Amino acid sequence: MEKIFKRTTGLTGVPFHYCPGCTHGIIHRIIGEVMEELNIIEDTIGVAPVGCAGFCLDMFSCDFVGAAHGRAQAVATGVKRAKPDKIVFTYQGDGDIAAIGMAHAIHVAARGEKITTIMVNNAVFGMTGGQMAPTTLSGQKTTTSPYGRDCTFNGQPIDLPQTIATLPGAVYVASVSVDTPKNIFAAKKAIKRAFQVQQLGLGFAFVSVLSTCPTNWGLSPVDSLKWLQEKMMPAYQMGELKVPEEVKAL
Amino acid sequence: MKKILIKGNEAIAEAAIQAGCKLFFGYPITPSTEIVEYLSKHLPKAGGTVLQGEDEVASIYMCYGAAATGTRVMTATSSPGFSLKQEGMSYLAAAELPVVVVNVNRAGPGLGGLGPAQSDYFQCTKGGGHGDYRAIVLAPSKSQELYDFTMEAFDLADKYRNPVLILADGFLGQMMEPVEIKERVVKELPPQDWILDGCKGREKRKIASYSLTNEVGEANCLRWQAKYDKITEQEQRWEEFYTEDAEYLLVGYGTCGRIGKSVVLNARKQGIKLGLIRPITLWPFPVKAFVPYRDTIKGIVTVELNAGQMIEDVKLAVECKMPVHLYSRQGGMMPGENEILEFAVKAFDLSVAEEVNVDGKNI
Amino acid sequence: MPKVVVLGEYCKSCGLCVNICPKGVLAVGDKANKKGYYPVVVTDDAKCISCAMCATVCPDLALEIWK
Repeated sequence: MEKIFKRTTGLTGVPFHYCPGCTHGIIHRIIGEVMEELNIIEDTIGVAPVGCAGFCLDMFSCDFVGAAHGRAQAVATGVKRAKPDKIVFTYQGDGDIAAIGMAHAIHVAARGEKITTIMVNNAVFGMTGGQMAPTTLSGQKTTTSPYGRDCTFNGQPIDLPQTIATLPGAVYVASVSVDTPKNIFAAKKAIKRAFQVQQLGLGFAFVSVLSTCPTNWGLSPVDSLKWLQEKMMPAYQMGELKVPEEVKAL
Repeated sequence: MKKILIKGNEAIAEAAIQAGCKLFFGYPITPSTEIVEYLSKHLPKAGGTVLQGEDEVASIYMCYGAAATGTRVMTATSSPGFSLKQEGMSYLAAAELPVVVVNVNRAGPGLGGLGPAQSDYFQCTKGGGHGDYRAIVLAPSKSQELYDFTMEAFDLADKYRNPVLILADGFLGQMMEPVEIKERVVKELPPQDWILDGCKGREKRKIASYSLTNEVGEANCLRWQAKYDKITEQEQRWEEFYTEDAEYLLVGYGTCGRIGKSVVLNARKQGIKLGLIRPITLWPFPVKAFVPYRDTIKGIVTVELNAGQMIEDVKLAVECKMPVHLYSRQGGMMPGENEILEFAVKAFDLSVAEEVNVDGKNI
Repeated sequence: MPKVVVLGEYCKSCGLCVNICPKGVLAVGDKANKKGYYPVVVTDDAKCISCAMCATVCPDLALEIWK
């Protein structure tokens, strides 16, 4: 008998503080595994957001710096420009990157900063109790859209992967989900490619991961996955939106 | 060591290069723009990188990231841009990151004007950002000091793991004066055992500024305050001019400190025993400069380009033991020597003697 | 040697593993851990086929799989 599944060395083993069923933990795991498999843990500097993942600094085995709300990509730019030979990634919620962080989201992609950004999209501001975010779906009820998001008043949700994909500096863009084992494996592959893009110095790599928020959606963890599948996935173009040739060959 | 005729802003930029600054993140804003332009041209030649950020907020956080790796980094802006950086200043202080920030103070508030002002004094010394944090603030008064203080700022930042502000103004930044281009004197600095550069061969590190419990929060605050107490004890700097026998004092920093020296010389010619204290560190405020004069000085005039900001620190420094008046100009206007002296004469009801010769000390 | 091991102190009883297991091996238990969650228990290890789907979907790395 051999152990075929155990915690990756990319994670420290500090217990996750996320709500039961929140898929942040799955995303942390696949990022940790990618870092281990690419043997880059000791060369990586991560940038943490403000949000539920604001304390993820203790959970990953690599060096980590915490940024102000929305500013992780600016911080990452500073780190990467100072240490171009290191692997630098940001881990941000949709609230962090698509609201206050939007200027940096666009400009980091426009500049083709050689960093990797993982966006965890749960369609709400999670940490603060489930308010409407720029990614909240039409009709979705949140604490600041108690009657459902009214698109005539608040506009349509922003599809960030599509938006980023329009910029030439963003050379790898993927929109994935962690709702099923199959999709989790695909998400891990996309994240691996996003780090490989950085290893090859090709440009900006962006992976948007659809994720659940059982607590703020008011659903059980299993029902949250269903809501993600039925409501969120149809709203986005899923899959790899842009892949550089060099990475396809790997 | 060569002496060149250079614009104030450019003196700051050249000093950064000489001090080993490797990264500059900035955004153009008058009257500081020459700094980012000069560095864009010259820093790459010295092996460094200049990246123009999308805005002032991006720039300060790029500095934050670079500083976390232990690299010397600087940004420069003017008042409205400095306002944008306030959250960043708070984060830099909390995370204890060495960054040099230049604020070329212009007239405010709002969009304001391009002329010189000292209306950011409170913002710089009391902290425009949230929380009980401090940045070391240096106030140059001439181009050589713009150069020297910038070089010093990098060492202070590294010594204390703290942001350091150079507070210039729109006049100093534009002025052209001869400046001696001095080489860096490498000082012994604390080991960089906290930087993030990949955890090869060591435990992983993190740099963050949150406290998960109130107990940790208080412990953090006490730790930061202990550092600020140490800086206050060790780093107060000022210049004195004709203070030994002074009965009245002018207090002014930067451009006003410089004009004040002319006022003192004119006053002395008229038999008025006027002296000048010119704060060089605005934080820590040089309280020590005032202690010897608390019982001997009859009155003080602070000369400021604002509605009265430094005057509060002066009153505290002399424990309000004598009258402290404010002579101020605002909105970009600067005072002439005569109007300052007239004000002091009137304020203290001084009798003016015939002009006598005075040994002119080096201004 | 069991094929699926639950690390009880990490488990938050979210139920994602119970939902995904193709063989019905797991169920929410009735003994609380130190945090007050009721960790999942293995009802019948013999039924386990070591597919590791449970571990794949577990957000807390509370499962180890042997084959």
